[in-house]
Amino acid sequence: MKFKPLLSLAAAALMFTAGWSPAFAEKLVISNWDGYMPKDMAEKFKAATGIDLEIAVHATNEEIMGKVTASGGEGYDVLFVSSPFAEALNNLGLLAPIDHAKIPNLANLYPEANELKHDPGNAFSVPYTWGTTGLCYRSDLVKSAPTSWNDLLTPADDLKGKITMLSTDRWLMAAGFLADGLSVNTTDQADLDKVRDQLISAKRNLLAYDDTTFYSKLVSGEALMVQAWDGWCNYGITDQPQIKYVIPKEGSDLWADTMVITKASKNPEAAAKFIDFVLNADNGKWVVENIMYKSPNKAGMEAVDKSLFEKYPNMAITPAELLKYEQLRDLGNGMKAFSKTVSEVMAAK
Amino acid sequence: MNSRYATWLLMLPGLLWLGLLLVVPCLLVFALIFFERGIYGGIDWQAPTFENVTRAFDPLYLAIFLDSGIIAGIATLIALLVGYPAAYAIAKSPASRQTALLFLAILPFWTNYLIRTYAWIVLLNPVGLINSLLMGLGLRSQPLALLYNKPAVVLGLVYSYTPFVILAIYSALQRLDPSYGEASRDLGASAFQTFLRITLPLTAPGVAAGGVFVFVLSIGNFVTPDLLGGGKFQMVGNLIYDQFLSARDWPFGAALSALLIGLMMLLLFAQAIASLRARGDHARA
Repeated sequence: MKFKPLLSLAAAALMFTAGWSPAFAEKLVISNWDGYMPKDMAEKFKAATGIDLEIAVHATNEEIMGKVTASGGEGYDVLFVSSPFAEALNNLGLLAPIDHAKIPNLANLYPEANELKHDPGNAFSVPYTWGTTGLCYRSDLVKSAPTSWNDLLTPADDLKGKITMLSTDRWLMAAGFLADGLSVNTTDQADLDKVRDQLISAKRNLLAYDDTTFYSKLVSGEALMVQAWDGWCNYGITDQPQIKYVIPKEGSDLWADTMVITKASKNPEAAAKFIDFVLNADNGKWVVENIMYKSPNKAGMEAVDKSLFEKYPNMAITPAELLKYEQLRDLGNGMKAFSKTVSEVMAAK
Repeated sequence: MNSRYATWLLMLPGLLWLGLLLVVPCLLVFALIFFERGIYGGIDWQAPTFENVTRAFDPLYLAIFLDSGIIAGIATLIALLVGYPAAYAIAKSPASRQTALLFLAILPFWTNYLIRTYAWIVLLNPVGLINSLLMGLGLRSQPLALLYNKPAVVLGLVYSYTPFVILAIYSALQRLDPSYGEASRDLGASAFQTFLRITLPLTAPGVAAGGVFVFVLSIGNFVTPDLLGGGKFQMVGNLIYDQFLSARDWPFGAALSALLIGLMMLLLFAQAIASLRARGDHARA
């Protein structure tokens, strides 16, 4: 009994040295969406490189963006963020350049993965997943299959009240921009006003705005057509094979989720090793099979059983096709006018 | 002397807590108001401005404040109408049963707020329990629109916050000296007259406290409008959340927050005055 305080003191001292002196073991802190990489990533990475991996989780881009801008990136080495956020972080001077020589597995990527407009040549970000945004619908319950963004904005009678749109502002507005043949990054006031009016009239026919459970509304039959990211539509297809995905004839945006290294990272070497590890064929394959997103990782895509592409046709969209679509970009000073327009849509009755 | 030191010493942890975790963060938020959003988010400390304040008074945002106030007001009214009789019944029940009844009233708080809200979605959605039952019994051919509208938001708020009303009014009823009621009836007043002229005025501070609680919590709520309103109704809470997170416009979010906090302070101030006055009358009576 008497030794207990002494023992715990010793334990505390040990923890102190282990936790506070990076000289003993290399450690890397990353932040990713929950479930967005294999659960045993930390163990596998430790086994391969001897580096300890601490995994933090963020629910949204906005959340990690808030943390990183408040702290200048201090405390994180590698972040998983969508491309407009990678772009903003880079513009804020918070990201370190990607040293291609230290990441040999970059060779696993499709050549098209080097041509993303937010970061040509992957100077500060490395794509992890990519895909499209379109319409996901119950082919067994709709009278005619949707082909246009206008089928969402001015729906047929049988769809009224049975539609959801994404609530994330950029994609919500993108539905209108694409329907009108505008850039998904326009902040021109006339464009914003036009799309505002369209979205307000579309709102009257909506069941809800939803960017987390729309596919289950489709499975239950609550909704018959939803604006969806392709990978999320696949979750619906898994439960209900009559669900189909279509990119409207006016096109889609091209979204990409990326990995970035913070400038504040104390251990950029280890950060590069981590990105290299994520880019191996096994992890690329895991992404496709488990998250059901397309991967810019050619080696990973080729390792996947081809029957998957038959069940989930949107996974077979080729990189060349993806590159035809415009990416969402950071809006910079245009964000104010943009967000006011979104508030106008949201406040409208 | 000693007792005065003791008072301060006992209050110290509470004061530190409030100071560090409430006052300081609020001041930091207020400081942001007078700066500009940086081009890529963040704050441009170079350019002090009043623009965020004037923008907060734009009719668009005032309309959202007004709408939220109406929703929160309706929720408050219904919570009081539901909560008062419940608190009255608990206070009038045998003392041995009161603890159990109060326990039942606060039992929902033992479950996570999100889970309780999702439970309403399971009940109310177009293919949910209630609609399946109605259609299964042949009472309806089309599902009732029970979810993703304003009544659903009000329902969620009332459901969540009524226990606060019950507790506040119950404690006011507890403090009420039963001899007042007895005197009133001895002098020939009916039970209803006694309630209207004795019980209700003397428990008004409890009603005000419970009402303000529901109103303040409702107007700042952003989860319920999102889930039960289907995101179709923006309340002040959602607006502020979106400015901080989606638009990454912290200065404007701060301006809206300050406006909301200011309005709530006024309300709390009015409630404090009202309850002081009621107590003063009570003392004189």
